[in-house]
Amino acid sequence: MQLKRKSYNPTESLLGASPPLASPSSRVIGDGEFSEESSVGWFRRSNSAKFASSFSGGFDLTSVKSSETMGFHQVKKPVVAQPKEEKSGASAVVEPQVNKGLSSSSGAKPSKEKTTKAERRALQEAQRAAKAAAKAMTVSEGVSTSKPVKQQPAQKKDAPPPASSIAASDRKGGERSMEKERRKDIPAPRMQFDDRSRVEKAKKRAVVNQSEARNRVELFRHLPQYEHGTQLPDLESKFFQLDPMHPAVYKVGLQYLAGDISGGNARCIAMLQAFQEVIKDYSTPPEKSLTRDLTAKISSFVSFFIECRPFSMSMGNAIRFLKSRIAKLPLTVSESEAKASLCADIDRFINEKIVLADNVIIRHAVTKITDGDVLLTYGSSCVVEMILLYAHELGKRFHVVIVDSHPKLEGQGLLRRLVGKGLRCTYTHINAVSYIMHDVTRVFLGSSSVLSNGTVYSRVGTACVAMVAHAFHVPVLICCEAYKFHERVLLDSICSNELGDPDAISKVPGRMDINFLDDLTNKDNLQLLNLMYDATPSEYVSMIITDYGMIPPTSVPVIVREYGREHLWIQ
Amino acid sequence: MPDVQALVNDFLIKLKKRKIEGSQATARHTAELLRSVISQQRVPYTNQAAALIDAVRAVGEKLIAANPVELAVGNIVRRVLHIIREEDLSLTTAAIAGLNLSAASDGDDDDDGEQDEHTVLSAAAVAAAARSTLRPPSLQTLLEDIPESAAIPRTSSSGGDSEGKSKSADKSSRTRRLKHDVIEAVNELIQDITSCHEQIAEQAIEHIHQNEVILTLGSSKTVLEFLYAAKEKKRSFRVFVAEGAPRYQGHLLAKELVARGLQTTLITDSAVFAIISRVNMVIVGAHAVMANGGVIAPVGLNMVALAAQKHAVPFVVLAGSHKLCPLYPHNPEVLLNELRSPSELLDFGEFSDCLDFGSGTGSPLLHVVNPAFDYVPPKLVSLFITDTGGHNPSYMYRLIADYYSADDLVVRRRNALGN
Repeated sequence: MQLKRKSYNPTESLLGASPPLASPSSRVIGDGEFSEESSVGWFRRSNSAKFASSFSGGFDLTSVKSSETMGFHQVKKPVVAQPKEEKSGASAVVEPQVNKGLSSSSGAKPSKEKTTKAERRALQEAQRAAKAAAKAMTVSEGVSTSKPVKQQPAQKKDAPPPASSIAASDRKGGERSMEKERRKDIPAPRMQFDDRSRVEKAKKRAVVNQSEARNRVELFRHLPQYEHGTQLPDLESKFFQLDPMHPAVYKVGLQYLAGDISGGNARCIAMLQAFQEVIKDYSTPPEKSLTRDLTAKISSFVSFFIECRPFSMSMGNAIRFLKSRIAKLPLTVSESEAKASLCADIDRFINEKIVLADNVIIRHAVTKITDGDVLLTYGSSCVVEMILLYAHELGKRFHVVIVDSHPKLEGQGLLRRLVGKGLRCTYTHINAVSYIMHDVTRVFLGSSSVLSNGTVYSRVGTACVAMVAHAFHVPVLICCEAYKFHERVLLDSICSNELGDPDAISKVPGRMDINFLDDLTNKDNLQLLNLMYDATPSEYVSMIITDYGMIPPTSVPVIVREYGREHLWIQ
Repeated sequence: MPDVQALVNDFLIKLKKRKIEGSQATARHTAELLRSVISQQRVPYTNQAAALIDAVRAVGEKLIAANPVELAVGNIVRRVLHIIREEDLSLTTAAIAGLNLSAASDGDDDDDGEQDEHTVLSAAAVAAAARSTLRPPSLQTLLEDIPESAAIPRTSSSGGDSEGKSKSADKSSRTRRLKHDVIEAVNELIQDITSCHEQIAEQAIEHIHQNEVILTLGSSKTVLEFLYAAKEKKRSFRVFVAEGAPRYQGHLLAKELVARGLQTTLITDSAVFAIISRVNMVIVGAHAVMANGGVIAPVGLNMVALAAQKHAVPFVVLAGSHKLCPLYPHNPEVLLNELRSPSELLDFGEFSDCLDFGSGTGSPLLHVVNPAFDYVPPKLVSLFITDTGGHNPSYMYRLIADYYSADDLVVRRRNALGN
């Protein structure tokens, strides 16, 4: 809602059309600084690993206390002396830092492969020590000389990535190497729910008490399917037992579960805002580091959210952004500073990746609407709604066809809002789409995610509408923010999907006469399948309107590659 | 005959109010009504067939006008007209043959000399005409070189012609026999309509293999019987039923299938595209089959057919012979469609404030479109299964031609012009 209001101010100042478009590229250039840092981190890391291994006896055998005392040792020393600690490395490092171009990745790969488990362990210990030192230092010194302050971020940078990876692997109980963490091209395989043992394990961990649905559809055994309606009271009663759960997270989780929040953007914003609350109220427990502890905490909240409702792919991107921000947090900053910077990051993500991106999309899409058009949309997409309202504001004369489908009937809400604003609307159901398509000139569709093979992963039924539009030679325009782009690929709607409440199918709101299935829900040979998403093949899509402009579906992997990952999320 | 008139009016009202659901029920009612029309019709001594045809046409025209999109009505009217013509024809040929026989054996009828020859010619012509209307000309006809253009016009007059000739022979028995034969044939037609399910279902076993995954949309009794017949023959397969909004007849079909022990999964209409990649065959019922092989089907099937084509899944249409319509469609999405009540989609109570929103011109902002039928073009249909077997869409025109007289295809237009 707030999102919509924002976008509806004639925010020329916000956009100027070009800035948001230009900004990513300018940031990419600006990222020289960032890549420099990371490369420094690489060199440092190898150094510190060496350094650590040479002192390994001391680190491994002595207790935390000893490492702390060591930290104090360092503090007592003049700060300038710190680089001296890394005797051989320091000078050697500075040089590449200066003349190094962009060899960060090429340089990083071999050194990565070299690190073994033991080395990493040692590295971690070393970092822990260094961190303790840093903390002590910041407390005692504050901002004293300029030299160490400059140096330190570079040095401390190296700590987070292994820390987060280990935190993650600790939690998962599996062995995930650093390399794998880094190489994000191949996303980890999702949990397959037809794997009995893993499901049992997951159940033991689960906060939400889920009873599996009976009569699951054979084709979809790999997807989670639970009895609906049973978890909510159970979870409510558990409120006071779940001490580690933050109330904001809990609230959003319940809203997911109850279906009060739906739609990719709304869910993502709610989640990020809940995390903002979490970060505001967070205080690092003693003898723990913020980066690691907070990452672990967020991971546990994420798994709670996933138990409430499976994530959409865009939310996965947002989580990755947040985690990488936490991981990249310099160790020198105080807790309050770190928290403030994370909150600001989250705000910026919401603002840039969702609100501003929507604005850009609206500006682009409106150029495709001309007087006399008949625009068809399916379900209720907030971007499409904003486009239609903005076009109406601009005084364009067009007609809207809203296609809807059981059981969600989301189009009725959209219909009510559009008619309330004075747009001319025709309402129909998805079966009649080939009847109405004769009159339609453009199809605007929203999307939950756009995958790198051009497949559009969206509300179930979108594929049908796009297919019929394609058959009638009507252009199909997909409106989707770039943060929803994902490097996964999908060919069908079976392998990856979400199952809704099956009982929702047997009831039709407002139609008391449809009650044929009331007494049949326990029959063994009847299954009800309520799919939530489907995958639209790229051949049905004429154009994808995104914050980087209007692109054909074949260009999605380019966007994911060029603007994805760090460039997309870290600015 | 006030009782027939009352029956006709009653049926007309039912048709107009769309009280009769489904083409099969409509077809049966129409046939029964026409049977009583025929039996009540007083037949003159001359030109009996024409009198019957006129009576049937008069009623049929009204019925068609009452519900022009229910093509089964028109189909049955045409079928009955065809039956009358056929029966008349066969009676005439039989009578003439008998006459010939008697004339040849007796040989003492003086005035029969030239008439005899004429009748023989006439009988041959009638037979040829009957053939040439819809059937290819026989080799004999080709050899005897009877011009078709000359033969055809005689068809319509042949009844009266031969009637006049055989008047002297045995008129009373013939009068009764024509009506009797027609009623017999109409009874057979009714029998066919009621039993078409079984005949179609008999073929199920040839088309459904073990572990098949079948998709259907909405509810059709033919489909239900078809699937059940395969199940009875110990085939085990799974059925996906799309619910078929806005009437949600799929729920009903799912219920029936479950009651009969089939493995059934109910899906939403929107999930059709997602599911169809795992489906082996789409089996659906039809509202009517046009002469070009296009199908007037419950709404939503065009979408299913397109999805099936995309995934190369066979799209099979089951249709009883009463659904075969001899007309060629023009713009069938609009002209052979009807719009149902918006209340099936939107709750008036909920949207009452939106529905009377008026813009400057006074027209409401909100429209609701709720069509009843879809048109599936012939290129999307893989196979038709009728009570006579499986057929290609491109062959339908020929199959349909068997059931109707060429004269009756235009009957509606001629009547419309006449009135």
